[in-house]
Amino acid sequence: MEILDILISASFWAAAVRIASPLIFATLGELICERAGVLNLGIEGIMVVGAFAGWMAVYSGADLWVGVGVAMGAGMLFGLLHAILSVPFGLSQHVVGLGITLLATASTYFAYRVALPEVTNPPRIEAFKELAIPLLSDIPVIGQALFTQTPLTYLAFVTAAIVAFVLYRTPLGLALRAVGENPHSVEAQGLSVTGLRMGAVIVGSGLMGVGGAFLTMSAFNSFFFEMVNGRGWICIALVVFGAWKPGKALLGALLFAAFDALQIRLQQTSLGADIPYQIFLMMPYLLSILALVVMSRRAEVPAALMVPFNKGER
Amino acid sequence: MPEATGARAVLRLRNITKRFGPLTANDAITFDLHEGEVIALLGENGAGKTTLMNILFGHYTADEGEIEVFGEPLPPGNPRAALEAGVGMVHQHFTLADNLSVLDNIVLGTVPLWRLRSGRGAARARIDQLSRDFGLSVHPDAKAGALSVGERQRVEILKALYRDARILILDEPTAVLTPQETDDLFATLRKAVALGLSVIFISHKMHEVLAISSRVLVLRHGSLIGEVVTAETDRHQLAHMMVGSEIVAPEVGGAAPGEVLLRLRDVSTLPVGNAVGLRSLSLDLRAGQITGLAGVSGNGQAALADLIAGEAMPETGDLEIAGAGIDTWSPRAALDARIGRIPEDRHRTGTISDFTLSENSVLEAYEKEPFSKRGWFDWAAVDKHTRAIIARYDVRCPGPDARIRLLSGGNMQKLILGRALEADPTIILAVQPVRGLDIGAVTYVQSRLIEARDAGAAVLLISEDLDEILTLADVIHVISEGRLSPAFTRGTKTPAELGVWMAGQGFEEAAGHAA
Repeated sequence: MEILDILISASFWAAAVRIASPLIFATLGELICERAGVLNLGIEGIMVVGAFAGWMAVYSGADLWVGVGVAMGAGMLFGLLHAILSVPFGLSQHVVGLGITLLATASTYFAYRVALPEVTNPPRIEAFKELAIPLLSDIPVIGQALFTQTPLTYLAFVTAAIVAFVLYRTPLGLALRAVGENPHSVEAQGLSVTGLRMGAVIVGSGLMGVGGAFLTMSAFNSFFFEMVNGRGWICIALVVFGAWKPGKALLGALLFAAFDALQIRLQQTSLGADIPYQIFLMMPYLLSILALVVMSRRAEVPAALMVPFNKGER
Repeated sequence: MPEATGARAVLRLRNITKRFGPLTANDAITFDLHEGEVIALLGENGAGKTTLMNILFGHYTADEGEIEVFGEPLPPGNPRAALEAGVGMVHQHFTLADNLSVLDNIVLGTVPLWRLRSGRGAARARIDQLSRDFGLSVHPDAKAGALSVGERQRVEILKALYRDARILILDEPTAVLTPQETDDLFATLRKAVALGLSVIFISHKMHEVLAISSRVLVLRHGSLIGEVVTAETDRHQLAHMMVGSEIVAPEVGGAAPGEVLLRLRDVSTLPVGNAVGLRSLSLDLRAGQITGLAGVSGNGQAALADLIAGEAMPETGDLEIAGAGIDTWSPRAALDARIGRIPEDRHRTGTISDFTLSENSVLEAYEKEPFSKRGWFDWAAVDKHTRAIIARYDVRCPGPDARIRLLSGGNMQKLILGRALEADPTIILAVQPVRGLDIGAVTYVQSRLIEARDAGAAVLLISEDLDEILTLADVIHVISEGRLSPAFTRGTKTPAELGVWMAGQGFEEAAGHAA
C-alpha cells in the first residue's frame, strides 16, 4: 500500500516530470537525427558537453538563458563534426558516434580541469528556479506535477510540440521523414540529402546539449564527472520505444522517469529495508527493456537509418 | 495546330561523355528530342542508357558535353535544375519514401522547406485532376509502401507531371509491369504526347520500342550506333544494331520425356503476406522435358518456387521425389534430392554480393567433399571448382577472388547456372532465368537449359515472359491465383488462348465442366 501512497502523491509526479525533462530534450534530438537516417551515438558525450558548457557559462557570469544557448551551441559544434564525418564522408555511424562520445566527454573533463585546476568541490551556480504558472498550478496533484516546474521543463514540453509540428505539418518535416526512409526520393525531387541530414544532426545535437544543460542548470546546480551517467543511452532506447514519434517518445521519457522516481521512494519504505537497493536501481532499466520489447514490435524503423548516401551510386 | 515530329527541339544533347575509371559509359553522344515525340533508347544492359539519362537528370555529371533544354543550357549535376527546366524522370528503381502517403511523395520538395504549411489541399485537387487527365488512377492517401508495382510507377509519373514536366524520361518502365499494365502505361504516354509532352523511353524490349516510339536510338557499349525511324524498321534490324552481330535463337529439338521425377499432389500452401498461396495444385515434372509455367506475376509462382526449392513445406498434399514421398523438406533436403536452383532474384537470394566468386560458387555445397574435409575448408579445391565454372560457363570476370557484385547480371547468372548444373541435378528449377539479361546471355542460358533437358533433367521454367515459355517449354501450365491449368503440349495453344487462362478464365470453365 505504500506504493499506492507514493503513486498518488504530487511530489512523486513532480519528480517524475523533472527527471524526464533532460531525457525529453535529448530523445527529441536523437529522434530528429534518426528520422533523417543518422544514428547519433555521440548523444552521451554531447550531453556531457552541454552540461558543462551551460554551467560554465553561467558560472562565468552569463545569464541563465545565455547558458542554455551556449550549451546548445556546444552541442551543435560536436553535431557538426558528427555530421561531416557521417554524412558527406559516409563513415560508419557507430564508429563516428562512439568516437564523438569519447572525444566530447574527455575534452569536457579536460576543459573542466583547465578552467578549475584547484577545485575539489565543484562550485554551485544560481540555477533556474521553479516557476509556478498562475491558476494552473493550483490544480491538485497535476498543478504541482506539471505547472510548478522550472522554465526548462516547460521548454522541454514545448519543444516536443514544436518537433511534432515540424515533422508532420511542414514541408521541412516531410523532407526529413523522406530522407530517413529513402534518400533517393529526396534527391530525385531536387532536394539536398546531405544538407537535410547534416542539418538534422546539428539541430538534434543542439537539443542533446540542452538536455545535458538541464542537469547542471535545473537539477543539480553544479557540474561533476559522470553526472550524465548513461542518460544518453537511455534516450536511444526511448527513441525506439517511441517508434520514432515525438509524442510517444515523450510518454516513454515520462514513463522511465516515473519508474526512476518510484524506485528512489521505494528504497525508503519498509520494502527497502529487506531488499538490496541495487534491485531498486535496476528497476527502471528492467521495466524499460520490457516496455521496449512490447512497444517496438510493430515500430516502423526509418528504412535508411544508418545507410550512408553517396550521390551517383545506387 | 497540327502536331508534327520534326517540330522544335526541346532537348539537345551534345557530345556527352562519361567515364567510370577505364570504362567509357557514354562516348560523345549527341541527339535531339523534339516536341511531342517519343524516342526510344534501345540497348542491351550495360550499353549506357541509364547512365546517359542520369546525366541528363543531374544524378551524374558528364565529363564532357553540353545539354540544352528549351534552348537554355542545363547546369550539370543538379536534379533540381533539371526539374525546374521541365525534365521529369521515372527511375527504374522507384524513388518513393515508403513511410509517406502518395500525396506526400508527390509534393515532397515542391514547397520551399521553410514554409509552415505544406499546401496539401491544393495539391490534392491538382493530383486528382492529373490522375483523370492522364488515366493514372491511384489513391492520394494510400501509403507508398502498400502500393503494387504498377501503382508505384503511376505515382512516379504523377510526381513528374505535378512538377509540370515537359520532357518525361522513363527508364525501363515496363520491366516490372504485367502486359496489361504496360498497355495502360502506353495509353498514358500517348495522352502525354497528345498534350505536347516529349518522352524518352528506355528499353531493351524491341516489341515495346516498336509499339510506342517514333524514332529509335540504339546504344551499344556506350556509343550511339544509329538512329532509325520506327515506321521504317523491324525487330531484325534493331536486334542487329543492338548486338552488333546476328542473333542465333537457341535450337529446341524434340523432347524425349521419361519418368516423373517430381510429383505434387493436391498441394496447398498458406499465403505469405500479400503473396498468393497454392490452391490444391498438382504437377508432374518429367525427365527430359521442360515444363513451362506461365502466368502474371504474383499468382503463386513464388510459392511454387519456394516449395520446390525447399524453402516452404506443403500445408496439405504430397510431394514426391523420384517416386518416394518426402517427410522432412528443407533447402538442404532439396539439394540432397539433386534439385538445381536458379532463383528469381540473383542479387538477393542467388548470391551474396560481397562474397567472392569462389565463395558464391560453393554456397550450396561448402560443407561437402571436396570443399570441406573433416571440418576444414579446402580453398584450393574451391578455387579449382570456381575456375572450372568460369571456363565452362564463359563467366567474364576479373577472377575467382573478385567480389560477385562487380559482375554484370549476365555473368552473375552464368555463375549461378554453373553452380547449379555442375552439381549434376536431376531436377532444375529455373525462375525467370533470363530476366534483365542481354541477348547474348539469354541465348546462352537458354541453350544450357535445353542441353540439361536433353541430358535427362526435368526442368521447371517459371517465367512471366510468354514468348520465352512458348519457345522453350515442351509442356505448358498456366498458374492463376494459386491454381494450375491442365498441361498443354507445345504448339497446341496460341498466346491469346494462354492469355485467357492467365486472366483466370479457363479455370472457371474447367470447374464448370467438372461440376
